[in-house]
Amino acid sequence: MPELKLQIDASLCQGNGRCYDLATDLFGDDEEGYGKVLGDGAVPPEKEDDARRAVLNCPEHAIRLIGGT
Amino acid sequence: MAVDNRFAQEHWEKRDKESPGRHTEIITGPVSDWASDFSHMEPEWATDPYSIQDELRVRCPIAHTDRFGGAWLPTSYDDIAAIAHDTENFSSRAIIMGNFRPPRELAPIGGSPPITSDPPFHHDARKLLLPAFTKTAVSTLESPTRAFCHSLIDALGDRDVVDAAAEYAQLIPMRVIADMLGFPPEDGPQFREFAKNTLEGINLPPQERVTRMSALFYYLLAQVHDHLENPREDLTTFLINAELNGRKLDVSHVVGTMTLLLIAGTDTTASAIGASLWHLAGNPRDRERLTGEPELVPVAMEEFLRAYAPVSMARLVKQDVLFRGAEMRTDDWVLLPFPAANRDPAQFDRADEVIIDRDINRHAAFGLGIHRCVGSHLARMELRVALQVWLERIPSFSLADASAVRWSAGQVRGPHKLPVRIRSGQPQAAS
Repeated sequence: MPELKLQIDASLCQGNGRCYDLATDLFGDDEEGYGKVLGDGAVPPEKEDDARRAVLNCPEHAIRLIGGT
Repeated sequence: MAVDNRFAQEHWEKRDKESPGRHTEIITGPVSDWASDFSHMEPEWATDPYSIQDELRVRCPIAHTDRFGGAWLPTSYDDIAAIAHDTENFSSRAIIMGNFRPPRELAPIGGSPPITSDPPFHHDARKLLLPAFTKTAVSTLESPTRAFCHSLIDALGDRDVVDAAAEYAQLIPMRVIADMLGFPPEDGPQFREFAKNTLEGINLPPQERVTRMSALFYYLLAQVHDHLENPREDLTTFLINAELNGRKLDVSHVVGTMTLLLIAGTDTTASAIGASLWHLAGNPRDRERLTGEPELVPVAMEEFLRAYAPVSMARLVKQDVLFRGAEMRTDDWVLLPFPAANRDPAQFDRADEVIIDRDINRHAAFGLGIHRCVGSHLARMELRVALQVWLERIPSFSLADASAVRWSAGQVRGPHKLPVRIRSGQPQAAS
């Protein structure tokens, strides 16, 4: 099964920071507080719930989880 | 070195004489029909806006009023989100709905950038502020905030009943923002007056409103002069020295942004802290769960922010537009009640219930779109610390007199009087 990957659409992100509040291993903030995925955005299987929680809590629908089934 | 004369007297003296813009008739008194005559300034709204908003969402869902010179009130999440994201049709040149509309020429900067700014100016004015308000930046304030919260609890002494709003919730953001701006901490009580005048004084006679707003302006100007003489590491000195496109900021921009930080930084967060404590005082099951599971506080507070979102924001219609059946005219107000968006059953399961472990919580308490509250990370830190310290120090408390609780009307709603019983009133057994 292909690995899941996270992407943030920078044109939608407003820096609410729910992603890096909820999934500190997957997201961080830049110097202006906008969210960024850590590393290449790959989600280890044990972090999939955290990734989904971040996606579903983003007020701007700016996070996508791609790949997988 | 050139003398910085941006703040010299002649530049701001004319401020009181010129009052371009449009005044409209002040209409107060009981609302005849919330769908066609709504007012967020009346006591029914302050006491319980949710049942009004829930009813309108089913009936309208966009209400109108002739008060404030004409205003609209969307109540569904979708409509509120759409307008918040639409900067083509809706301007932020004024964001506190009242009986005065500033002149159109004030756009795209507005009186208090960046909250009153429209694109493209908005982007750069906001970018200036963002680094000071990241989660990482505000984390350095957590330890002093926690110590201050403890000192407030200490100061409650051994009384049985205390005012959790006036003696706790309101004092925390006052102190934090005073420290950030570099204002004397003892001026805190004045900030509450400034915020009250700005947010709740919209139906005052025009001259009275100008006089009160001028008091805030002159207070801030005095702070600017103090910082010019004694520069120090704080946001005021930062704004005095900041540059946009190679030019230092105009006095109106410096003082306007200070106004924003002071007003938006005090009553809003105080309301969130107060409303959360009010909920816990009245719901022992939730209170007991949080004292037993303090790690749940960050999740629970998001639910308090959803269910009791303090802030509504206003826009002005840029040009006539037909918005989802509403014939909005140029310079009509649109009030965006984020609390109503947060209780829309089309967006949230069991929207009218407070579920403190709600896992999916895409609420709009800090707004949507480009004007997302610049202080949201600061507000979240303050709210979390305030609740953690209170629950740790006062795990058992209840409403002393539910009928004595008072909520503010207007665009920032929270308890300004919240008597809670923090001791049983019985002589304490020796332990």
